[in-house]
This record gives sequence, structure tokens and C-alpha cells, in this order.
Amino acid sequence: MELDTQDYVGMAAIAPFVAAVFAPLLGRLFGHISGLALALVPAAIFYYLTGFAPAVVNGETIATSLDWIPAYGIGLSFFVDGLALVFALTISGIGTLIILYASAYLKGHEHQGRFIGFMLAFMGAMLGLVLADSLLGLFVFWELTSITSFLLIGFDHKRQAARRAAIQALVITNIGGMCLLAGAILVYVLTGTWEMSAVRGMGDVLREHSLYLVVLLCFLGAAFTKSAQFPLHFWLPNAMEAPTPVSAFLHSATMVQAGVYLLARMTPSLGGTAEWMSILTIFGGITLLWGALGAIKQTDLKQILAQTTIASLGVLVLLLGLGSSYAVAGVAVYFVAHACYKAGLFMVAGAVDHETGTREITALGGLRNAMPVTFAGAVLGALSMIGLPLTLGYFAKEEMYAGLLSGEWTVLLTLAVLLLGNGLLAGVAMIVMIKPFMGPQIDTPKHAHEAPIAMLVGPVLLGVIGVLLGAMPGFVGANILEPAASAIRGSGVESHLSLAIDVTSPLVWLSIATWAVGVVAYLQANRLRSMLRKFDAAIGWTADTVFDRVMFGLIRFSARVTQTLHHGKLEIYLVVVFCALGLALFGPMLAWGGFDWLVPTRDLGDWSQRLVLPSLHFYEWAIFITAIIGLVAVLCAPTRLVAILALGVQGTSVALIFLIFGAPDLAFTQLMVEVLSVVVLTFVMSRLRLDVKDHRPFEDWARDGTIAIICGAGVSLLLMLVLNGELNTRLSDFFIQTSVPIAHGHNIVNVILVDYRGFDTLGEIAVVMGAGMAILALLRRPKKEPVAKKTPVPRKAKKVTP
Amino acid sequence: MNTVIFRTLAPLIVATMLVFSWYICLRGHNEPGGGFIGGLIAASAIAVYGMAVGVPTVRKALRLDPLAFAGIGVLLAGASGLLSVFIDAPFMTSIWWFMSVGGNEVALSTPMFFDIGVYLVVFGTISAISLSLESDREEDL
Repeated sequence: MELDTQDYVGMAAIAPFVAAVFAPLLGRLFGHISGLALALVPAAIFYYLTGFAPAVVNGETIATSLDWIPAYGIGLSFFVDGLALVFALTISGIGTLIILYASAYLKGHEHQGRFIGFMLAFMGAMLGLVLADSLLGLFVFWELTSITSFLLIGFDHKRQAARRAAIQALVITNIGGMCLLAGAILVYVLTGTWEMSAVRGMGDVLREHSLYLVVLLCFLGAAFTKSAQFPLHFWLPNAMEAPTPVSAFLHSATMVQAGVYLLARMTPSLGGTAEWMSILTIFGGITLLWGALGAIKQTDLKQILAQTTIASLGVLVLLLGLGSSYAVAGVAVYFVAHACYKAGLFMVAGAVDHETGTREITALGGLRNAMPVTFAGAVLGALSMIGLPLTLGYFAKEEMYAGLLSGEWTVLLTLAVLLLGNGLLAGVAMIVMIKPFMGPQIDTPKHAHEAPIAMLVGPVLLGVIGVLLGAMPGFVGANILEPAASAIRGSGVESHLSLAIDVTSPLVWLSIATWAVGVVAYLQANRLRSMLRKFDAAIGWTADTVFDRVMFGLIRFSARVTQTLHHGKLEIYLVVVFCALGLALFGPMLAWGGFDWLVPTRDLGDWSQRLVLPSLHFYEWAIFITAIIGLVAVLCAPTRLVAILALGVQGTSVALIFLIFGAPDLAFTQLMVEVLSVVVLTFVMSRLRLDVKDHRPFEDWARDGTIAIICGAGVSLLLMLVLNGELNTRLSDFFIQTSVPIAHGHNIVNVILVDYRGFDTLGEIAVVMGAGMAILALLRRPKKEPVAKKTPVPRKAKKVTP
Repeated sequence: MNTVIFRTLAPLIVATMLVFSWYICLRGHNEPGGGFIGGLIAASAIAVYGMAVGVPTVRKALRLDPLAFAGIGVLLAGASGLLSVFIDAPFMTSIWWFMSVGGNEVALSTPMFFDIGVYLVVFGTISAISLSLESDREEDL
């Protein structure tokens, strides 16, 4: 059944959401065992996706599409190529281990089921993101990753720091989401398609368009916020407030990689220009160094790893900016290598924290005897991070350097940045690997012992994979590097990985230089740290504090706007509303010559012809005169009640006019509305306890009168103008022809309301109900205290009140 | 307003108006009428009844809170749109079912249920507002 498997690619993204719905229930029923069962879901997805590997390695892409909004040509389409498959396999593979890990890490937590549910939803969003073909589908899943990560980061919602971090991540990544939406729409406008697989072939259309830079900046905004590029990196370390399994997943395979994925995906469409190259390499380079130095500055294991993630994301963005075949090969291998070791190391950090009660490297030491398996996981991960031969990290590093051996100074500068960054990261890897485990044993808050087996499977397995893949260059080259790199570049990339070490090649010496920098960084870590911290103290502010300032400024600004617009005085509201109405009526009429008809500029003699009285029946005259009498009565009414009743007279006359001119439905409704409004207004009057008469000062009276006349005149003019135009009967013809055959009704008004525009009506009745509730809330006055129960006010309080 | 004549006649008027409002609502698809106007008539009936016999009595007679009627109406209207799922059509595609009862053709349809939903919303909301305006005491709100 070859066809069937292809049709359900989208199910791989949807299955985790389904599992997520049931996770809390399972968690309540079966405790932490349910985590083990739920890990089967990503495992099954992983297995299912491996089925695509042979076809994808052969260079095929598998595409499938569901109708979503067919009227706009929008489908929910998915496709699998080398890039998507590498990402999807990493996500589901690491996801399996992380769910397993989380089931032990949060064992006994009252909301464990909910947590695993969030994790699964997060995974589903990420899978959907990498498998989506439609840009709009991509956007939806992109926002879903933001929302699910918000839930995960703020999981421990009773702590303020967690809430703040969650909101910060949401705000920053959602700004990017809006950029992505704008970019997607622009791409659609310029190319006429939502499908990225089709856009890929139209790169020249985009690159040569005058709006290219705007499109590029939209996508870069999205990618940089999501992938924490400098200067938008600060939310990522704060996201460490999340439980460790989240950090492990977030940093290795999921959300932060989404930006890198987006850039990789858009490389054939947007990449290759001077702007692309310069922006990506510059920001990627700064991010790399910033993250690497930031990592050395920290002493908290999770914070260290978080900073190295920023650095790694910088590397990936820098490489995508270079865009050469070596560089994209580097992206493919580095992504997999980084996902393996970073997830593993985070799980190690979590295990250390879990079993010893602290994550401070200064408070840890000599754990190798108490936690031997964890130590093994740390070593395996760190070796790949350092990039020693026989690990996947080694190839990643080789590929990066290989493309940068020409003589230009910009290239050499990039090489130097990469070398320094990689060296610092190697030093950090040594810190993580050696500091907590070697040396004399230090007493920890909890008595240190080995973590449960479910928490060890992940780091060890990922470490072994990192090393095992490093020992099989042919396999990695053919199955990971070539398909993914070809998909990024949009043309074939050949693998040239091999284990043979050529001493004459400069690559070897660059590797050795990297390790040397690493050793120096490790040995001098304490001195570097104090230097960097002094430097920070000298500056005095960080991007994080700027974010806080902006947020508080926003809150103050909105408070001020609210004070200005919502001053709470009904009179002013009404004046503003009706002034705006007057402007809206007269502005367009003045601008587009609405008065040309009233005042003929060429021939003023026409006036006499325009002022001819229409020939009406006597009863029609009677109704008109009644209406006018009603209006005059409103103005002359001695009391408010009479005015309301007089208004009713006018409204009833209008209802009669409707009736005579063939709109019985309208007449009916108008009549009922008039009756009800008179009744309701009378009640309102009696409740508000207004004076019987209107005692407004003359200024108010004149102002309100003027506004009323302007609005009334505007509406009248507009109606006359409308009548002057030719009646377009396209719609009424349509309704007359179709209302009986399609909607089985003779009353066209009703057919339109309940059938053709039923959706609008549904919204309207919801609004009616909402408005009703609001009115009831306003009417609900606080209960009056019975006089007898009133307690005397204490003297002290009396003195205080002015 | 609370005269003996009014109090005696009010139930009669109100009953007639309510029956009439139903008639207007149900015939709306082919003749002037419909859920909106039907709901308005019924709400006026409730307002009149409130004036005649007092708000607490009316509330007791309604059994449900007036706003609950509105809520039921919105749900009914939404649910009638959802029924189209069963014929694999987009939301709010109308479904018609013609059956013959004693030789007369009776049409049941999702727009009819939708219109009844509209009726209930208008009836509930306006009744709720007019009843709370009528009542002087806070506990009636």
C-alpha cells in the first residue's frame, strides 16, 4: 500500500496532538507508567518516517495535500524531502527519549500527565512545522510551537520567574510569527503560490523583485526571534525556568531550531544574494561569540548549556549565510550532531540536578563514582561537542572549515570567528564534562546516587549515536548529509566525508588549533569568567533589562491611552461618537464630489426642476405629515416622557412607509422595535430618576443640537445620493432566482438571514446576547445596606478621609 | 397601570401574543416574519405581563432565567449549523427533510432550527433587559 502511507504524512504531525489530549487522563489513571506508554507515540512516528528514507535518499520528495480553504486555493499540504526528513526524524527520535526521561524526571508530580501532554503537543507542532509545504500551514504550526512552549516554560506557574520567562518567550517569538505571516503573504503576492516546494523554483522572481529586501527582512525577523540570534537572544536563557526535559527538547531538536529550519528552507528561494550573505554571517558570527562567551560566564549547568545553544544557533545561521556546498553540508551534519549532544548533555544536567539537588558547577565535584552512567553520558556528549575524531561533531567541524580556505580577508575573518567560537565551545564542553564529575567529591544538598534508568537511556543512547555515526562517514554522508544538504541548496551536494586523516591538509591543523583554544579556555575559565562579569557590570544593562523597560513602558502607555479614551463620562463618549459619524458622513462626500449632484456647478437653473413635489396619494401625504408632526413634537415636548412618545409616533410612521412600499418584514420589525424602545426608554427614565425636564445649559444645548443637525443632514444627503445612483439589481436578481430552488423559501429577507448569510446572523445573535449581558451587568447596582445594619464608621478612619 | 382591567386582560393578551409570535417565527421562511420579529413580539408580551402581574411572578412563570433562553438560542443556532458535518458539507450548509403528515407536506430543515435559535436569543435578551428595568428591587435582577 505505497499510496496509503504517502497520504498520511500529515498524520505524523497530528498524532502527537491526539496523544496529548489523552495524556492527562492516562497520567491520572496510571501514574508515571503512562509516560512510558506515551513514548510509544513518537517512537511509532520515528519508525513510520524511517519508511520514507529510501525514497528520499534517492532524491524523491513525497507530497500530500488536504483541502483547507479551497475557495482561496489554500490547502494543508505536507511534503517530505531530505531536509524535512532529517529534522522530523531528529524531532521524533529525541522526542521519544525525552518523553521517557520526563516520565522519570517528574515522577510523582501531580501534573505529570498534563506536562507530557504539553510535550507531545509541542512535538506535534514542530513535526507539522518541518513537514508543512504550505507557507500558511508552516505559519500555523510555527505559532503552535510558540504557544506550546509558552505552556511548557511557564509550567511551574506558581513561580513568578517562570511566568515572566514564558511571557517573554511568547512575546519575542510572536513578533517573529507576525513577521513570518507578513513574509508568507508577500511571497504569495509575488509568486502566486503558497507552496514552498513551488516557490523554491521561483527564487529569481523573488530575488529580482524590488520588494526582495522586505521579504527577506520579514523572514529574517521570524528566524532570528525563534532561533535566538543576537540581539534577540535573551529569551532563551530565561526559558531555562522550564523543567529540564523541556530545555533538553527545546534546545536540541525543536523550537529554537525552527528558525534555522526556516532559513534552510528558504535558502533556494531567498538565499545567495549579498544582503542574505552579509546579514546572516554577521549576525550568526556575533551570536556565536556572544553565546560562547556567555557560556563561560555562567556557573549554573543549565545556563551554561543554554548559552552554548545560542552559540550553536549562531554557527548554523552563519553557515547558511555562507551557503556554499561545504557550508550547507556543515549545517546538515552540525544540526544532527548538535541535537544529539545537546539533548544528551541537558539530560545529564537534569540528572545531576535531580540526584544532587544543585546545578552549580562550583558546588559539584567527584560525582564519577556515585553516578558512573551519567558520567559516561556526559563524556560521550562532550566528546562530540569538542569535535574529536570518531564523533559526529568532528565531521561537522571539518565541513565548516573546509569551505573557508580561500584567501579573501572576509573569509579568513569568518574562519577566525568560527575557530574562536568552536574553541570556546570545546572549552565549555570540557567544563561540563570534567567539573562536576572529576576531582575530590563535594557534599551536595542531596546524597548523590545514580539516576533511574529511564533518565539514563537518553543521554547514553544519544552519546553512543553521536559516536557511532562518527565512525560511519559513508552512512552519514549518503543518508544524512547528501539528502539534507541538497534540499537546502536546491541542487545536488556530494558527500566527501572520510575518516582518513591527512597531516598535510590545513583542516587537521585547524582542528588542533580549535582544541588548543578549548584547552586554554578550560584552564583559564575562572579568570575569563571574572573578567567577563566585570565587563558586564561596567555596561550595567542587558537586552533583558531593555525588554523589561519596553514592556513596562507599554503598560504605562496603554494606561495613559485608556485614561484618555475611557474617561468614563457618557456625555463625552456620545459627543465623540457622533462627531466621528458626522466626519465619516461628510468627509467622503466632500472628497469625492457628493455635492455635485445637489449643487450643479454648471447649470444652476436646474434647481426649479429638482424642487418639484412628488405626486403622492393622500394617505402617503398623511403618513409623511404624521412623521413630521412627531418630530416637531419631540423638539417641543414639555417633558422627557412626551418626547419619547413623540419619537414613537415618528417611528411608527416610518414603519407604515415601509409597509406601503412593499417591505412588510421591515415594517413589522420597525413597529416592534418602536414599541419596545418606547417601553424600555420609559423604564430607563424611571430608573435613572432624571428630572422631568431637560435642564441643559445653553452651550451644551447648542453643541448637541449642532451635532445632531450635522449628523441628520449627513444621513439624509447620503441617502439621496444613494438613490440618485443607478440601482444595481445583480444581487436581488440572484436571490429572486435562487431562494426557492436552493433555500426552499419565498421570503427572501428571511432566506438571506437564516441561509445565505447564516454565519453572519450567528455572529449577530451572539453579539445581541453579549450586549444583553453587558446591559444587565450595568443595571446590577450594588445592594443597598439596610439602615439598621449600618455599623458606625470608626473615628480613626473618619479622620483619615479628607 | 396596575388596574383590575389590565390585570384581568393581560394573561389573555400575553397568551395571544406568544402564540402569535410562534406563528410569525415559523412562517417566516415563506411569509413576512421570522425569528427576529417573533422574538421581539414574545419579548413585548413578557414586558406587558411584567407590568400586569409583577416581575417575580413572570420570572417564576418563565422557569428559566431569561438570559438562559438566549444562551440556549445561540447553542441551538450553532448546533444546527454543525449538523452539516453528517452530510460531509461545510459548516452551515442547510439540510432539508420533507415528510408528509396526513397528506400535507411538512418541511423540517436546519434553517428552521437556526431561526428558532434566533427567536430564543432575541426573546431572552430583550426580556431579560426589560424585566430587570421593570423590577425595583435588587433581588429581582
